[in-house]
Amino acid sequence: MALKSLPLHEYLSSGHRLCAGCGEGVTIRQILKSFDEPPIICNATSCLEVSTTPFPYTSWRTPWIHPAFECTGAVAAGVEAAQKALIRKGRKKKWDVVLALAGDGGTYDIGLQSLSGALERGHKFVYVCYTNDAYMNTGIQRSGATPRAAWTTTSPAGKVIPGKTEWQKDLMKIVVAHDIPYAATVSPSYPMDLQRKMKKAIQADGPSFILALTPCPRGWRTPPYLTIELGRLAVQTCMFPLYEVENGQYKITMKPKRKLPVEYYLRPQGRFRHLFTPKTRHDIINAIQAYVDKKWQEIQKLEQLTQQ
Amino acid sequence: MMARKVLALNGDEAAAYAVKQCKPDVIAAYPITPQTIIVERLSDFVADGELDAEFISAESEHSALSACIGASAMGARTYTATASQGLALMYEMLFVASSFRLPIVMSVANRALNSPLNIWNDMSDTMGARDCGWIQIYNENAQEVYDFTIQSFRIAEDHRVLLPVMVCHDGFVVSHSTEGVETLSDSEVDSFLPPRTPVYPLDVENPVTIGCVGVPEYYPEIKYQQEVATKKSIQTIKEIINEFNESFGRNYDIIEKYQMDGAEVALLTIGSASGTAKDAVDEMRAEGKPVGLLKLRLFRPLPVEDLRKALSGLKAVGVIDRHISFGSMGGALNMEVRAALYEMRERPHVMGFPAGLGGRDIRVEHFIKITEELLRIAERDVLEEDYRVVGCRGPGCIGP
Amino acid sequence: MKTWEEVPFAGYILEPGNAESYRTGDWRSRQKPVINQEKCTFCLLCWIYCPDGAITRRESKVEIDYYHCKGCGICAYECPSGAIRMKSEAEEA
Ligand SMILES: Cc1ncc(C[n+]2csc(CCOP(=O)(O)OP(=O)(O)O)c2C)c(N)n1
Ligand code: SF4
Ligand code: SF4
Ligand code: SF4
Ligand SMILES: [Mg+2]
Repeated sequence: MALKSLPLHEYLSSGHRLCAGCGEGVTIRQILKSFDEPPIICNATSCLEVSTTPFPYTSWRTPWIHPAFECTGAVAAGVEAAQKALIRKGRKKKWDVVLALAGDGGTYDIGLQSLSGALERGHKFVYVCYTNDAYMNTGIQRSGATPRAAWTTTSPAGKVIPGKTEWQKDLMKIVVAHDIPYAATVSPSYPMDLQRKMKKAIQADGPSFILALTPCPRGWRTPPYLTIELGRLAVQTCMFPLYEVENGQYKITMKPKRKLPVEYYLRPQGRFRHLFTPKTRHDIINAIQAYVDKKWQEIQKLEQLTQQ
Repeated sequence: MMARKVLALNGDEAAAYAVKQCKPDVIAAYPITPQTIIVERLSDFVADGELDAEFISAESEHSALSACIGASAMGARTYTATASQGLALMYEMLFVASSFRLPIVMSVANRALNSPLNIWNDMSDTMGARDCGWIQIYNENAQEVYDFTIQSFRIAEDHRVLLPVMVCHDGFVVSHSTEGVETLSDSEVDSFLPPRTPVYPLDVENPVTIGCVGVPEYYPEIKYQQEVATKKSIQTIKEIINEFNESFGRNYDIIEKYQMDGAEVALLTIGSASGTAKDAVDEMRAEGKPVGLLKLRLFRPLPVEDLRKALSGLKAVGVIDRHISFGSMGGALNMEVRAALYEMRERPHVMGFPAGLGGRDIRVEHFIKITEELLRIAERDVLEEDYRVVGCRGPGCIGP
Repeated sequence: MKTWEEVPFAGYILEPGNAESYRTGDWRSRQKPVINQEKCTFCLLCWIYCPDGAITRRESKVEIDYYHCKGCGICAYECPSGAIRMKSEAEEA
């Protein structure tokens, strides 16, 4: 597969109001390129939702529904169930892919229950969580996805407390624990990896889950042109490893040739500025490095362990 | 063709049986006393192949209603049921369902709200949800539950209405009391309730964006459109009730009169309390007291004109609420009836009687005390209290 | 502006992708991307990385859609051939 083989359609039209350089814009465009026909989209309240549908404008060229913030799994479940019933009763002709789109806030935190319920019940849909590690739409507040030490407006880098004090929630483990047929992480900086995984997610026989890293210039305090570079550094430092879990089998899809120190990822970002100035907080950076190394080893072990 | 049968059904079973005959495509629900029988029966119907529907055993009421919203937006006939805490948990999504103009039908087996935990009947749940944009229909007994569950789908899906409907019955008093219910044949229901024809379903051929950001430049227009549709639905609801009456030999109305000829004071009731209140009216009438009763079936939209007409000429009205709106004038029904009558030149005194909270029995004696109070008010032509709680020990209340 | 009788049913939006008519090109503050077609190898990375779909993919070349381009600079930063440069708005293309 090459970029040239990707379809020309833009199911998300230009003219949306996402910030310049927004990782959600790139990622959702790429996600939608994995479809040959428009999916039915259920979107959670978030930057993406707000920026793409200010009445009377919509950027969506697909059927699209946004009821609220925390219910995306349930709404997609309802759409899927309706489709099943309507097709069975001859009132709808063909199956359309159901695509749930929600941010990290809408998935890791407030929407976790509705996602879990829907996964457990086995509804056939593709759920994409776009994580920019915080509640960006409401002004950069911490979420369960916010990495340790990151500044947000509710985990400020204060005189005493240096940003978020907790580690990121390992959402993939929670999702995988539902024994769904397919789950994967993607970064828009690796578009063909993303395409391949989306195809698998679409074809999965049951619920599938994609965790997409979507760098956010505004919330990460980074220049807009660095969005793709940061999506790459996240992978190369193993802060955000790219892997998939297919029927319980782990596979790392991008092993960095040279695993970079986490500092490469942290330093360019304003949200980690307090780790480098006024003086370098080696203690925190080392702790992050140790944590990332541990998680990276863990996932390699899982890959070995689940090999056939 | 199945003939009409009289079945021994409690209120919950009557709802479930009616829903089965209405052939929903998707049911999404979560169990809560006293609604559980509804979801259990519907699960049975699906498991036994008697009902061809997708049954989503949601992991919460919030998700149940969210799933209904997704399903209904697809064009499916969609049903759910809940009560009390469950309805409270749905609160956020209630507004979304009505704003999207989705014809979801929901049974509510009315139950008190925590705390203290109380599984018994009052109407704190649905009365607290009165401003969510749903049509609210209140039923007195299992027969009404059956008949109005069927009518609710017709009302909700009518293109002049397109609003979700809460079809309510009192927990335990109705939900768990078995009575003979005259059911319609499947073909009668089919002829009364044609398949749903969705207006703008989620459809890949005609992509629609549902749930935009309503900027201040447009929000009022979008909301006023909803308000007009809700107000106008009263007319359509009346038409549908009339059609049902004529087709199946019933005699329903949105406000029903009992012993109103020559009445000078009246009780205004809602739900199952109407039955006991009617007995009290009979007793008072036997003593020659000019007492009547009005039963309100439709609370949302509030039939303001019909209320004015029904109450004009009376000297005093006692409004029997089944909840308290804390810190105001008793219950919502009392406040709204008073507001509706305020601009009338000749209007009755209106006193509120929040009664039967959390399943406390309201008996004939209570209603007799209330009507005696109303007759006193009528005679003296003064109202001293906005409301008095009925069925509560201690000063200021009408005792147990 | 539309009255309550004229706004679409329940605030649904019935014209898919009508946001395309909305100009985001004037969000660019100082710089705009300019493609040197001689250097371009048609690798399509700029096309797939643009958050705004503001790189138009033609038969064998790519073009910037300045009506929508927000000037984020991703395309210029990512172009492996150095074919895109951010130039000041005033400068000739
Ligand atoms: C029940 C509820 N609580 C809070 C909000 C306010 N709110 C809207 S979007 C949002 C954060 C969204 O964060 P995320 O899901 O990460 O998406 P992002 O904006 O970062 O893309 C919050 C808190 C809401 N809409 N609904
Ligand atoms: S705040 Fe971040 S996620 Fe939101 S639109 Fe801006 S760049 Fe995108
Ligand atoms: S990234 Fe550069 S080389 Fe590739 S298509 Fe774009 S302009 Fe041409
Ligand atoms: S500058 Fe940004 S918005 Fe403009 S074309 Fe390049 S990537 Fe797209
Ligand atoms: Mg976020």
